[in-house]
Amino acid sequence: MKHLLSSEDLTREEIIALLDTATRMAELSGAKKLPTLRGFTVVNLFFEDSTRTRISFEAAAKRLSADVINFSAKGSSVSKGESLKDTALTLQAMGADAIVVRHPASGSAYRLANAGWISGSVINAGDGTHQHPTQSLLDAYTLRNHFGEIGGDLGGKEIAIVGDILHSRVARSNIFLLSSLGARVHVIAPPTLLPIGVETWPCSVHLNLDDVLPKLDAIMMLRIQSERMSDSYFPSELEYSKRYGLDARRLALLPEHAIVMHPGPMNRGLEISATVADSKQSVIVEQVANGVLIRMAVLFHILAGETL
Amino acid sequence: MILNNVNILGSNFADIEITDEVITDIQPAGSMPQGTDCAGGVLLPGLVDLHTHLREPGFEESETVLSGSLAGARGGFTALHAMPNTSPVGDTAGVVEQVWHLAKAAGLCDVFPIGAVTKNLEGEQLAELGAMADSMARVRIFSDDGKCVSDPLLMRRALEYVKAFGGVIAQHAQDPSLTIGAQMNESELSSRLGLKGWPAVAEEAIIARDVLLAQHVKSKIHICHVSTRGSVEIIRRAKENGIDVTAEVTPHHLILTEDLVENYDPIFKVNPPLRSIEDVLALREGLKTGVIDIIATDHAPHPQESKDCEWQVAAFGMLGLETALSIAYTTLVKTGDLTFAQLANVMSSLPAAIGQVSNHGRPIAIGEPANFTLFDPARSVTVDKFSTSSKSINNPYHGMTLEGQVLLTMLRGHFTYKSSEVVG
Repeated sequence: MKHLLSSEDLTREEIIALLDTATRMAELSGAKKLPTLRGFTVVNLFFEDSTRTRISFEAAAKRLSADVINFSAKGSSVSKGESLKDTALTLQAMGADAIVVRHPASGSAYRLANAGWISGSVINAGDGTHQHPTQSLLDAYTLRNHFGEIGGDLGGKEIAIVGDILHSRVARSNIFLLSSLGARVHVIAPPTLLPIGVETWPCSVHLNLDDVLPKLDAIMMLRIQSERMSDSYFPSELEYSKRYGLDARRLALLPEHAIVMHPGPMNRGLEISATVADSKQSVIVEQVANGVLIRMAVLFHILAGETL
Repeated sequence: MILNNVNILGSNFADIEITDEVITDIQPAGSMPQGTDCAGGVLLPGLVDLHTHLREPGFEESETVLSGSLAGARGGFTALHAMPNTSPVGDTAGVVEQVWHLAKAAGLCDVFPIGAVTKNLEGEQLAELGAMADSMARVRIFSDDGKCVSDPLLMRRALEYVKAFGGVIAQHAQDPSLTIGAQMNESELSSRLGLKGWPAVAEEAIIARDVLLAQHVKSKIHICHVSTRGSVEIIRRAKENGIDVTAEVTPHHLILTEDLVENYDPIFKVNPPLRSIEDVLALREGLKTGVIDIIATDHAPHPQESKDCEWQVAAFGMLGLETALSIAYTTLVKTGDLTFAQLANVMSSLPAAIGQVSNHGRPIAIGEPANFTLFDPARSVTVDKFSTSSKSINNPYHGMTLEGQVLLTMLRGHFTYKSSEVVG
C-alpha cells in the first residue's frame, strides 16, 4: 500500500489485514514504544483545525518511533497564500516519508499523491466532504472488537449512520468500508442532507429513525453543524434534535447489545443527548483509543510495507 | 493565386482561382495551372467562433489578441468573437475598440468584440450598449459570459433595449444561488467525490425563463454553451413556439463527460461543467436536428498555476480553438450525423449570421471572399498540449487522438496558417 486516500480503494482483505495489525498493536502496547519505524519521518500537514485527529496520528507515529513534524496551516506560510503545491514541494525537499494530510478541499489528498509534486506516501486524514478513511477503519475495528473476531469481518451486522450524510466524509468512508466487510449499512437523514445518488451506494436509505432502531447492532451519530440550519437544510436545532437526535427514548428502542458511536466532537443535546453519550452502550471513548491503534497499523503497512 | 485539387464541402473536387481577396474562378480539379496543391483536402468556409476568450486587455499572461488569433488561424478560424470579461471589462466603446484595433494590427482573424451587458459584469446596471454598437467595433452581441444576467428585470430590459440596434443578448445560463460553490455536474459521482454539485436545473431554469422573456418583449436571445439534455428540450419547444432563440454547444461538451473528474485533475474543470454521456448524446442530436444552431469554442486560456493545484482553487475553463474542428469532425461528421456542408453551417455560416458578420460564413462561389479552411479528415493527430499557438496549455485533450487536421487557413486571399504538411 503506497497511499491511503479513500476507503473505496481498500479490498476486504486489505481492510481485515489492517484491523488484524491494529489488534497486534494493541497486544504489544505494553511495550509503550516500538522501534519499528525508527528513521522514518512523518509529517502531519493540517489545513483544518483538528486537534484530536492530529494528536492521534502523532501518538501513533511516536509509538512506532517515527520522527514527527507537525505542519499546521495556521501561523505558517500557508496562511500567507502559499499553494498546496509549494507546501508539498517544501515537504518533499525536507524528506518526508509519509504526509498525513487534512484539508478542507475534497480530493486534495488525491492531488497531493498524484499530481507529481512529491514521491512520498500520502495518508488522507480527511479531505473536505470526501473521505476520512482512518476514521472508518477505527470504526470497523471498534465494531469488530464487539461483534467479530481476529481475521474476521462484520458479515450481517446492521449498522446505522445518522445525520448530515451530505457533508460527511465519515459517512462516505464508512458506507463503503463497512459494506466491504459484509455489514448492512443504513443511512438515516432528512432528505435535504442526503447526497444525490445515495440510493446507488451500498446502503439502504431511511427518512425515519425510529423504524430502524430495533434491528440495529450499532448506531453512529454524525456531528451536525449549526451552519446547516442557516443554510435551510433544516428549520431549527430543536426540530432536528426531535426528529433525528438520539435521546434516552430512542436508546430504549435499540436492542440491549447495540452500541452507540460518534466520531466526535459531539454536540451534546443536539444529535446525541448527554445521557446517551455517557451510557453503558456508548463506545465513543473506546473509538478514540482505537484511533491510535488503527493509525499505527496504517503507518506500519504504508512505511514498513508488510503485515505483522 | 490558385488552389489545386480541393474537395469543396467534401463533395466536389475543384481548382480555385483567387484574385486579391475574392474567388474569381472555380473549375473541375486538374484544369488550372499548378498553384498550391491541396491534395484533395476538404475545403470549408473559414470558421467563425461566437465565443472566444482572448484575455486582452488585462490577462496577457494567458492570451493576447495576437496569440489567440494565431491559435484561431491554426484551428481554421477566420473570425472570432471576443468575450468582454477582460480587465478592464469590455463594457465601454473605448475597451471594445481597443480589442478591435489590436486584432486589426494582428491581422490573422477578424475579431468582433462582444460587449458586456452590465457595467463591470456586476449584473446591476446596463453597460453602454448603444455606444458599443455605434463604435468602430460595431458590437452586436452582448454577454456577461462567466456570469449570468440573473436578475429577471434587468434581463428583460437588456432584451428590449438592444432591439434599437439589432443587438443580441448571449446569456450564460447559470442560476447563481443554485450553484453557490458548485464544482462539477451534480450526480452520484459528485456526491461520491465530495464535490459540490452543479445541477442541470440551474442552467435549464434560466433558459426557460429567458426564452419566455424574449417571447414577451419580442426580442431575440442566444444561449451560450448549452450543456444538458433538458436545455436542449426547452430550446426545442421554444423554437416550435416561434421564439427567436439560438443556441451554441462547445466542442468539449460534445466529447468529454463528467467521469473525467474522478481523478480531481482541474484540467477538466469548466463552466458549465462536463455532464453525463446522456447529455453529450442529446447535445449531438440537438445539433443534428437544428435545435442547437452552432458550435462555439468557449476557448478559455488560463495560466498554469490556475490548473496545477487542488480542484476547488483551480480556474474554470479549457482551450478550444485549435481542436474544435477535429472534435466536430470526430463526433459528428465521421459518425454520419452531419455532412461537411452541415458542419460548415454550424461552424461558419450560422455563427456569422448570429453575429451579423456579413463577409464571413459565405458560400464557396465566384465573387465571394476567399476565407477558407482546408481540412484533411484522413489524418489523425495525437494532441500535444505543448504544440500550440496559444499562450496557455490548459488543453484537456492532451494525449487524445482526434480525427482530422487543419492544413491551411486563408483570410481574404492570404494564408493565416499553413501546416508543415503542406508544400508550396
